Amino acid sequence: MDPIREKILKPSKETRQDILGKTLSYASIFLIVAVVLAIFLFVASKGIATFTENKASLVEFLTGTEWNPGANGPNGKPLVGALPMILGSFGVTFLAALFATPFAIGTALYMTELSSKRSQKFMQSVIELLVGIPSVVYGFIGLTVVVPFVRDHFGGSGYGILSGSFVLFVMVLPTITSMTVDSLRAVPKYYKSASLALGATEWQTIYRVLLRAAMPGIMTAIVFGMARAFGEALAVQMVIGNATLLPESLLSPASTLTSVLTMGIGNTVMGTVSNNALWSLALILLLMSLVFNLAVRFISRKGKM
Amino acid sequence: MNTKKVNKLALAVIKLIAAVVVVILAFLLGKILLSGLPHVSWHFLTTPSRSFTAGGGIGIQLFNSFYLLILTLLISFPLSLGAGIYLAEYAPKNRVTEGVRMAIEVLSSLPSVVVGLFGFLLFVVQFKMGFSIISGAIALTFFNLPLLTRNVEDSLNNVPKLQREAGLALGLSKWHTVTKIILPEALPGILTGIVLCAGRVFGEAAALIYTAGQSATNIDFSNWNPFDESSPLNLFRPAETLAVHIWKINSEGIMPDAEQISAGASAVLIVAVLIFNLSARYLGNRLYKRLTASK
Amino acid sequence: MKKAIISFATLFLAVFILAGCSQKTSSKQNITIVGSTALQPMVEMAAEEYQQDNSGVSITVQGGGSGTGLSQVQAGAVTIGNSDVFASELPGIKASELVDHTVAVLGLAPVANKDVGVKSLTMEQLRDIFAGKYTNWKQLGGKNQKIVVINRAQGSGTRIAFENNVMNGQKMVKAQEQESNGTVQRMVISTPGAISYLSFSYINKDMTALKVDGVSPTVDNVKDNSWKIWAYEHMYTKGKPDKATQRFLDYMFSDVVQDNLVKALGYIPISQMKVQKNEKNQVTPITTTGKEQTNGSN
Repeated sequence: MDPIREKILKPSKETRQDILGKTLSYASIFLIVAVVLAIFLFVASKGIATFTENKASLVEFLTGTEWNPGANGPNGKPLVGALPMILGSFGVTFLAALFATPFAIGTALYMTELSSKRSQKFMQSVIELLVGIPSVVYGFIGLTVVVPFVRDHFGGSGYGILSGSFVLFVMVLPTITSMTVDSLRAVPKYYKSASLALGATEWQTIYRVLLRAAMPGIMTAIVFGMARAFGEALAVQMVIGNATLLPESLLSPASTLTSVLTMGIGNTVMGTVSNNALWSLALILLLMSLVFNLAVRFISRKGKM
Repeated sequence: MNTKKVNKLALAVIKLIAAVVVVILAFLLGKILLSGLPHVSWHFLTTPSRSFTAGGGIGIQLFNSFYLLILTLLISFPLSLGAGIYLAEYAPKNRVTEGVRMAIEVLSSLPSVVVGLFGFLLFVVQFKMGFSIISGAIALTFFNLPLLTRNVEDSLNNVPKLQREAGLALGLSKWHTVTKIILPEALPGILTGIVLCAGRVFGEAAALIYTAGQSATNIDFSNWNPFDESSPLNLFRPAETLAVHIWKINSEGIMPDAEQISAGASAVLIVAVLIFNLSARYLGNRLYKRLTASK
Repeated sequence: MKKAIISFATLFLAVFILAGCSQKTSSKQNITIVGSTALQPMVEMAAEEYQQDNSGVSITVQGGGSGTGLSQVQAGAVTIGNSDVFASELPGIKASELVDHTVAVLGLAPVANKDVGVKSLTMEQLRDIFAGKYTNWKQLGGKNQKIVVINRAQGSGTRIAFENNVMNGQKMVKAQEQESNGTVQRMVISTPGAISYLSFSYINKDMTALKVDGVSPTVDNVKDNSWKIWAYEHMYTKGKPDKATQRFLDYMFSDVVQDNLVKALGYIPISQMKVQKNEKNQVTPITTTGKEQTNGSN
């Protein structure tokens, strides 16, 4: 064959590199998806067994208030009322997000707009440091600081949703703040310049331009923070009181999905109702996280329009 | 009220909020460091722990934490780098990609005990890897993948389109453009991801109890052959990390100085995270300066 | 950078595979012990000392809870399952397949916050507190302070032991639950009006250990069952243990462990018990052959 023709038809070094690179990145994404699917299937198969094998009723699971999977109720079905935990989880998560959001946005605005580069760097490293504190330590600080504080200033025994939210507030603050900082930084500089050039004050620029432009990113940050709060176990468990009771108020002992799951999983025998019921709680967590995600996507799509 | 006053007021409120947050953070760090650092000594940092008598240290746990972090990053970083590149550069904009992205993100809110138990049943029991540092590293990889992947993707996306066009216009392949131009430019962003992940690895307990285990076997720091059982580098030895140790002595510790050890270990953990973060940033910045034309 | 990462990953993978091979060819006998977090420190210490004299065995001791221990030993995934409860008490465990080795006795005592003003209760009062019939310490002769019941996690060994010995079939009131001795200890100390129960070794001077029916919670009172709230610590094997495992179990029963470790960790040596208890909670005095019975395969 003509050597020139051969040379032209042969893939170049660049092409081969490209193919190699493409294969590598495809392989990694494939592996990750496989891992995710494996975990989903694993949790789902165990979580669904409560309803298929152990014949618990789904309606009772979502609306019942009696959590004692080892025992059967009057109708002969296992007592798997998970409503107290579902409400508890929602309660602490929403409250924590409610407390944390203004603080996170304020801090992020301060870091990106008002502070010097040095103090900004300093604050960022402090925030990153907070991520590394183990939940247990947060839990014990909660137990020694937050619980007595709530007991003395709000009443009750100190253990309850309010204390849980306070602890979670500190735990999700770094996540929400650093993600908000990122989205504020991603707003093009000329937006700000244009607004200031029009004679708007700094606050008007922040409120009317920066926050509006960064809104989808901020919403993502909040939802990520809520997901973190939803999945947190050890710290909340120590301050929320961990009673599978319907929360009467923010000050009465309650429990969350993760705290009940984490506490019980080592004490139950695999394959029994008690164990399967705990996996159903994990399945709910996964589904909730899915809902959160869909919410974020919906919000950011709306924001783009 | 005129706009100037509103402006002043609003800015004051923002500053106040930031100050409150700083106070909270300073209180937290101060409380942990002040109650812990007095118990930290060279002896504390280097001796092995004891089960029920006073005077134990955290030497092995400290080493395990760092070793586990390095292992976890070695597994999860290349994976999430590949996946991030795929999502940012190659993935078609369709529902499948959206689905993949969502699946990865949902993984991030899974409670760590579920990840731990999954790792226990699959790696420890099924693959017969035993309670080992490698099982722990893989379990933590599951944990870190969502955050890291998302972070790599975001950092790549934040690099201006112009740079890509420039690379392609020079006749470079897409892969070449990504690895030689886009990736170095995105490095600082990726570093943030690594730093956040490192924090989570250092602080994680529940996922490790079932995978890396909660016992620190005596290791011999003069033996660096990774195949020997007493070697610190052995991948198949059970490895209790600092966070797990803190959890353990807080929940079932009966040594007389449990509280001091727990406080000291928490302080050491914070300092370790700080050292890691600072050195990662330092190395990252040097690498960034070498790879890009920035000053 | 990419190249460095790839070469790192390859190197790492190679080490990983090689290490995997070497692991399989290792001549050491492996014994994996999983289960009860309460029993873990003791077995861990014993294993460490045992390995110093027996380099041919490698023993790994982990926690994870009694349920995990029993289900994994039943599945054959681990050699020994540690448990705070009789295997027959946990649903889903085929107790007939497992061999019980009771290595120690655990004493439990009800504890209350220092300021409740009550130091002694009758068994009935104690039961009624945990059943939710009393809600204020005033009703028991103490201060006017609400009773805050702190229970242990559903299905945990300590709670089952307490239910068996105290509740007499009555249902416990729904209350706060915690999973570890350490957390309960701190909560009882810091929460006004709190009552809970702890293993003997976690009781300290910052709380009140309550007398029940006038009997103090002491080791000596447990030995002859005048203090009634106690339970066994079990180490289960699937079927008869193999030689290496049996030798380690023998070591657990030896005087070295029973007289030193067991006592140091606040347990009561099995050899000193004057009574025995079966899974139906019936207590019988031990005759001279008693040790044979409690120790199963010994």
